[in-house]
Amino acid sequence: MKAPLSYLNRSSDSGEIETLNVVVCGKVIPASTVIIELDANTKRMVRKGVPHELDPAAASAVEEGLRLTEKHGGAVTLITMGTSDATIGIRNALAMGAASAVHILDDAVAGSDTLGTAKLLAAAIKKQEFDLVLCATESSDSYSGIVPGQIAHFLGVPPVTFAKEISVDGNKITIKRQSETGYDVVESTLPALVACSSGINEPRYPQLKGIMGAKKKEIKVYTAADLGLSPDQVGEKGAREKVLTIGRPAKRQAGKAVTDEGEGGKQIADFLAEIKVI
Amino acid sequence: MLAKASEAGTAEAILLGPAPDDAVQTLAKHGASKIYHSADAVYRDYLTLPAAETVAGLIQKHNPAVMLFASSYAGRDLVANLSARLDCGAITDVGDFQLKDGSVEASIPALGASYQNTSTLVNKGTKLLVVRPKSFEPKINEQPLSVEEIPAASSEGLRKVHMKERVVVKREGPSLEGAKVVISGGRGLKGEEQFAILKELADVLGGAVGASRAAVDAGWVPYAMQIGQTGKTVKPDIYFAVGISGAVQHLSGMKTSKYIITINKDPDAPIFQYSDFGVVGDLFKVVPQLIEELKKRKGA
Repeated sequence: MKAPLSYLNRSSDSGEIETLNVVVCGKVIPASTVIIELDANTKRMVRKGVPHELDPAAASAVEEGLRLTEKHGGAVTLITMGTSDATIGIRNALAMGAASAVHILDDAVAGSDTLGTAKLLAAAIKKQEFDLVLCATESSDSYSGIVPGQIAHFLGVPPVTFAKEISVDGNKITIKRQSETGYDVVESTLPALVACSSGINEPRYPQLKGIMGAKKKEIKVYTAADLGLSPDQVGEKGAREKVLTIGRPAKRQAGKAVTDEGEGGKQIADFLAEIKVI
Repeated sequence: MLAKASEAGTAEAILLGPAPDDAVQTLAKHGASKIYHSADAVYRDYLTLPAAETVAGLIQKHNPAVMLFASSYAGRDLVANLSARLDCGAITDVGDFQLKDGSVEASIPALGASYQNTSTLVNKGTKLLVVRPKSFEPKINEQPLSVEEIPAASSEGLRKVHMKERVVVKREGPSLEGAKVVISGGRGLKGEEQFAILKELADVLGGAVGASRAAVDAGWVPYAMQIGQTGKTVKPDIYFAVGISGAVQHLSGMKTSKYIITINKDPDAPIFQYSDFGVVGDLFKVVPQLIEELKKRKGA
């Protein structure tokens, strides 16, 4: 196991950090315009042949990483796991300003559940220098929201989820995180893993210079074996969670719809009267 | 969850951190035959890690068939840590589950509302399930009070994420979860100020105002108002979706409402498929007219 170098290099006496290296775990998913279907045989999402994009939730994590490194020095590395379709999203993160990227690309990892995914990502993160790992709180296509916490455990760093504001001072990190009733202010030390809520910022659009520059940036490619994980730990074979059946729920019968011709509000009032609400 | 668990087998509960005095009684009243309890402040003052240490210890000691967690911030954080720590699977967003000979079959809405799947966990030992709010009706199933005081997690290494301050953002009107009428706004509202007309409609109908993730992400309204898979789940008598297209994320938080009324300018918006009554039109014309009409009829 390789230790996070930049963390070990920081001077603990002054608490000052020379640079803040940030690894962002992000997913590349079918574009939001695509209506996702499930494959009846594999019971997985149909990801082939549809346009892909960097998950907007991951783009927010990249943006946050860029803002922090612009302030404190250091660089952002994007790590993603996915098929070759993920390349477009990786390029997007590089064009936004990430310095390099890691792509876990291996047929053997297809069908990984959350735990398998977290093991792979954690193993890839350990190969990088990092002070801070940023993720989205959840992906915009499967929303399980537990991968960040799993990764944190495998890395042995504290997890903080649902961040809506992050600030770093020395090796102290302060996070405002959403709560059921408002927000909490929590504090931890680096290295740490923080999962960002997607409203944390407005991700920048890549500029032409960034897009051109992205072509020259390095994308490291790892297989599960490169990361020291055997086939029974990852992919469908290693998955603890098995999907048994997929089905369409009974569709709610669509009711009446009218086009507003100046009476729309009144018609709703009529409907409310009809169901005896008013 | 206790109602479902005590129906499926013997239900026990874990209560960690400072809690109201009657919390253990409440658990016993709803079906917990035993409560593992520690009131230590470490669980309140440090996130996730102390609770995970304690719960992992209890799982290893008692080896329950299934462990249920609420789909809350703390619930998801805890499950994430436990599944990695114990190397066992976890299913999130569970709507219902069955136990069969030590194995579990969970039903989960996938891709929002568009699929209903069943999943199982094949790991040995305890299965971790994160349950959607309002999946089970609470039942009174009074058990004799049996409390085991457990030692608090004391290791310094677990005190890594320190809770410095809890800020409560005040809200007015009925709570979203309890309201009979919920008026939600989405991207179509175009900005923060425009939510005022939804508030006005909510006041006329005695309802609460909610929002889609798009509106929350845009920063127009606080996260506490978000309805959907990652926000609140509501089940009102009447749900108004105003300027909300009906993304899967949103649908899963409101589709079991009794009546759904939609106002949207796009006739192809998926939300119309779920509506009992829909108006295709400009919400900024339709909503004020509706408010005026309701006031008129009320006055009559």
